[in-house]
Amino acid sequence: MTQHTRAKSDVFTPSGQIQFGVFFQGVNSGTIWKALESGSQTDFESFRRVAQTAERGLFAAFFLGEGLRLREHLGRPHALDVVGRPDAQTMLAALASVTKNIGLVATQNTTYNDPADLAHRLASLDLISGGRAAWNIVTTDNAWTGANFRRGGYLDHADRYKHAEAFVETAKLIWDSWETPDGPARRVHHEGRHYTVDVTPRLPRSAQYRPVLFQAGDSPEGRNFAARQADVIFSAHPKFDDAVAFRKDLVERSLAAGRGANAVQIMPASEFILAPTAAEAAEKKEWVRSLQIGPQQAVAYLEQFWGRELSAYDPDGPLPEIDPVVEETSETRGSGFHGAKARQLADQWRAEAKDKGLSIRQFVTSKTARTDATFTGSYTAVADQLAGYARVGAVDGFNISPWLVPSGLDDIVNHLVPELQERGVYPTEYRGATLREHLGLELPVRLPDGAFAEVRA
Amino acid sequence: MTAEHAARPGFLAIELDGAGWDGADLTRAVLAAESAGFHAATFTDAPGPGRTNALQRAAFAGPVSRTIALVPEIDTVYTEPFHVSTQLASLDYVSGGRAGWIVTAAESPEAAAAVGRSSVTGPALGQEAAASIEVSRRLWDSWEDDAVIRDVATGRYIDVDKLHYADFETPAGFAGAGYSVKGPSIIPRPLQGQPPVLVPASLLDAVAVDALDAVLVSAPTPELLAAEVRDVRARVGAPVSVIAELEVVLDARGQAAAARGASFDGGRAAYAGSAAGLTDFLADLLKEADGVRLHPASLFVDLEELGRLVLPELRRRGALRPVVQDGTFRGLLGLDRPASRYATAAAPAGAGK
Repeated sequence: MTQHTRAKSDVFTPSGQIQFGVFFQGVNSGTIWKALESGSQTDFESFRRVAQTAERGLFAAFFLGEGLRLREHLGRPHALDVVGRPDAQTMLAALASVTKNIGLVATQNTTYNDPADLAHRLASLDLISGGRAAWNIVTTDNAWTGANFRRGGYLDHADRYKHAEAFVETAKLIWDSWETPDGPARRVHHEGRHYTVDVTPRLPRSAQYRPVLFQAGDSPEGRNFAARQADVIFSAHPKFDDAVAFRKDLVERSLAAGRGANAVQIMPASEFILAPTAAEAAEKKEWVRSLQIGPQQAVAYLEQFWGRELSAYDPDGPLPEIDPVVEETSETRGSGFHGAKARQLADQWRAEAKDKGLSIRQFVTSKTARTDATFTGSYTAVADQLAGYARVGAVDGFNISPWLVPSGLDDIVNHLVPELQERGVYPTEYRGATLREHLGLELPVRLPDGAFAEVRA
Repeated sequence: MTAEHAARPGFLAIELDGAGWDGADLTRAVLAAESAGFHAATFTDAPGPGRTNALQRAAFAGPVSRTIALVPEIDTVYTEPFHVSTQLASLDYVSGGRAGWIVTAAESPEAAAAVGRSSVTGPALGQEAAASIEVSRRLWDSWEDDAVIRDVATGRYIDVDKLHYADFETPAGFAGAGYSVKGPSIIPRPLQGQPPVLVPASLLDAVAVDALDAVLVSAPTPELLAAEVRDVRARVGAPVSVIAELEVVLDARGQAAAARGASFDGGRAAYAGSAAGLTDFLADLLKEADGVRLHPASLFVDLEELGRLVLPELRRRGALRPVVQDGTFRGLLGLDRPASRYATAAAPAGAGK
């Protein structure tokens, strides 16, 4: 395979390019379901359309999240946002048959999956797709989510990255176990605190050797974990200054982990609201926000923190004067803020809303809109802005959450991508056949024989 | 009963093992099976070198095929029932309602060691299978059909009264480590409501008849197959389809079947010989069985002969059900689309907590 990679170095060198990924969310308020253009969230055609549009725009990757338990609101499934999504790897295997180049990224959890089984399934997806699979590693570990699983929520939270790291290292052994494309496989044995694996892996390496690893945790432990193990960070720092600071931090961590300064790429989550002119884009943004956070959602958002029903309050009026029910806030799952801090938070928010003269709806919109992560403007202005990121290497790309399904990428692919290409900061073709090649990642170094349980002659 | 079944044409399934892991080969295999007129394709998940995950192979085949049912094997002993349920529901969506499930119960010590569990054997295997099926079926019903309402006026995307906790718990006397699954599912109800569940006859002692839609029946020789099918049918009753398992190696490409050096999985009846002989044998067998699943010795070689010589003749004799455009797997098996078990029940998710 052709490789366009940079040599391992102690000094970070910007590639001068950015790439796009698309995150088909399937849950939360980011995706508008109330517009006439809003399509199905479960029909295969929606997924096909988004993936094929992304591929037309030379996107590096198509992401899916993982559903483990439905979000709840005051003890019942949350009703106001998009809810319900497919199993990530099943959907990605299906999309592999109707796409040729785009990377296929499955978010998968290290607590409610088994290392040998998950590594096998990811290797499978990688082979079936011709070397386009990736794993976005997440480490959710609470007992509430565990209620859907035999494996339960048994982890000590402080240990979750240790557990995840052992999991990932075991997976890498499994992916690296075949000596040649025809075998034989080397046995993989891991005996740990949380699980034991003893397996003779069944699949050879793929065209990209093994699935690309994404990681999304942002705590210091999460960043160190990514610096040691991941290829790409799906970060939460899209704003220019934050992105530059995050890059610096990550380069230091990568070097400390014994990897090159360019070893780990950064793709922050982001949202784009684009139009031919700045004024039209601003108008569009108002429309998008009004549909993302409707009146009921605004009140429901406060209910999460107040721990009580607030439907009697006018979404266009001031924040509720009554105090949160602290005990009940722990009943709210999947988001929100729990415990005694709720009352303090309520005081703070009331003061803030009063100060700025904001209604419930305006206040909640200001809190929930991913202001930092949203690029709003004309095609040319946003292209200039992104070119600035590319020049200094603030990020390697953006992972875009479309606010409309399935047409949400059309603007980006039809108008923004050509502007970026004109500026020389976006690919004009796929660099190769595999996701690793699209991203310009090095092929992983083969693990030493000593890492395996036994080596067959 | 026999007369009644003789009146109804049967269906043919083919195991697509041997297509390889490459997407292009997989596409070629499933399209060849579909254009040959097979009603269903199955995907083994028995551990073997170079064999990718069965469910993913089936999912890959979904968007490139139109009529053929896609039926992967999925283990019930060392898998998470919640994942199994959502994977199958997702397969149903990507295939437009053509998903099914061949339930397996992994017996090998290697399967246990891979996930660090002690080996499950004997009657406990059937209990694991029965529990996993029950979890999937409850989760598939946990969203009623009209749960997604998208009601702009009230701002509700779903009607929470139409989502239900599954609240599964392993029964008393469960031999393995007991577990529970809360629900609801994370994906709306599958297109078929309940994708068909196929169970090998060896698990019939543990899996209740109303938990399954079809039984896979094996016999040591072709001559014993029809009798075995009759026995199983007497056990499971009318709505359950009975599918006979047959290994096949045909005279092909100028070579006699016997000379092709095929090696068969012991325990399954095997037919070796001419296409015309197989056609007669299947025509007779389909008077007893609702369907027959063929395991070709060499996928592409035998599939070519089957598509050229065997299926056209069976169709001409009226032995095969018609292939229905945009039909579902349930439809093929003659099953209605069931209402969710929770549709008339009370207790929506979260009520009375």
